[in-house]
Amino acid sequence: MKYTQEHEWLRVEGDLVVVGITAYAAEQLGDVVFVELPEIETQVAQGDEVVVIESVKAASDILAPVEGEIVEVNAKLSDTPGLVNEDPLGDGWMFKMKVDDLAALDEFMDEDEYNDMIA
Amino acid sequence: MADLKRLGLHDLHLALGGKMVPFAGYDMPVQYPLGVLKEHLHTRTAAGLFDVSHMGQVIVAPKDGRIETAALALERLIPVDVLGLAPGRQRYGFFTDAAGGILDDLMVTNRGDHLYVVVNAACKEADLAHMQAGLPDCDVGMVGGRALLALQGPEAAAVLSRLIPDTGDFAFMDHGIRPWQGVDLWISRSGYTGEDGYEISVPDLAARAFAERLLADPAVQPIGLGARDSLRLEAGLCLYGHDIDTTTSPVEGALTWAMQKARRTGGARAGGFPGADRILRELAEGAARSRVGLRPEGRAPMREGTLLYAAPEGGDPVGRITSGGFGPSLDAPIAMGYLPSPLCVRGTTVYGDVRGKRLPATVTALPFRPATYKR
Repeated sequence: MKYTQEHEWLRVEGDLVVVGITAYAAEQLGDVVFVELPEIETQVAQGDEVVVIESVKAASDILAPVEGEIVEVNAKLSDTPGLVNEDPLGDGWMFKMKVDDLAALDEFMDEDEYNDMIA
Repeated sequence: MADLKRLGLHDLHLALGGKMVPFAGYDMPVQYPLGVLKEHLHTRTAAGLFDVSHMGQVIVAPKDGRIETAALALERLIPVDVLGLAPGRQRYGFFTDAAGGILDDLMVTNRGDHLYVVVNAACKEADLAHMQAGLPDCDVGMVGGRALLALQGPEAAAVLSRLIPDTGDFAFMDHGIRPWQGVDLWISRSGYTGEDGYEISVPDLAARAFAERLLADPAVQPIGLGARDSLRLEAGLCLYGHDIDTTTSPVEGALTWAMQKARRTGGARAGGFPGADRILRELAEGAARSRVGLRPEGRAPMREGTLLYAAPEGGDPVGRITSGGFGPSLDAPIAMGYLPSPLCVRGTTVYGDVRGKRLPATVTALPFRPATYKR
């Protein structure tokens, strides 16, 4: 698992990268009431806003961590956005990307580095 | 943030795990460990305790000792029937300016020989100066050394009655002074959530003990500003500086209910408040725009500032959302905003621009959720 400065986690599944937000981020956001997911087969550049997460009080963007194509989204979040709070690292995942070069993930933090950042 | 003022109960908020944020110049709890959603729902099903000590508590005492003097004086600044307010009764109102805009909203109570006025934190210094300048026949002073707590929700009356037995007999907007452990509590049956409940002014020296006594009741949870905002939005209540301000008249703000007959054209004391020309005209003829409730379709909230359009494509914006978010009790997004009067018809569909997409929203009656006041 890799972590970004923006509190996303990235997990490699075969040639895909699964993206979600960390437990720390979910707690900071508070109760998530709406998740706007990207359309599949969308090409995104690193830093593109791909997901909008709305808590009771505010909206936050989730950025594409690397360049690639959105190939799957977690449709469950449309009806049960609270999964982001209940299980941020599991059922609360956001989208899967097809990434040309998985080596692009090397730049991100490992778990220890991320934990140091939020400490 | 060195300038942030601290509430008298600051240490209690920290002890309760409150997440503190700046609000109106104060370091205030936005939520506690329960979180905004559960705090909101808890207030709707049991009871929530809010610290609103940042608000201004003001005493208006007539120099001649006659309450009528204070009532008539305050009527020079607000389009509300204060003279007709009975002792021990409270009423909603607002200061207007010469252009008919709203300077602040308030609660005014007749306490027999003086008036007790509660105003918003962000406006309280300006309100005090405004009253001191406008009410030369009264002594106007900010109350110091008292916290203000709100206990709200269906269990509020049972909880408070266990400490002060006769408060269960108060009706909505009744006010009374009751002793508790050697101090005087100023108690109103009112609030800002749409729930039955109380607002209680308590001397600082007893505030922590009183708050902890209430929190010791299993029905009571501490509630932060986050849930306070979602609760008042569901109740269709205005937040000053957002839903109403100097650019909105009381008629545009859909606050005509707060302007009693005595102050309207043909009434015993018609006019005589700042902006009366415009406000009386709008009361008679209606305003060009009005504050309405909006229910966005789907689950995407429409936040404050969202531009509203009459059609799904083309045209200029016709209005703007002034408060918007998610209503936990409705499990749906809700909003309030201003629209031209022809569109202010229940069931009308308008379109809010959410991140570049126009999404439909339906004009809806306020409040979104019926109030449960004890009339």
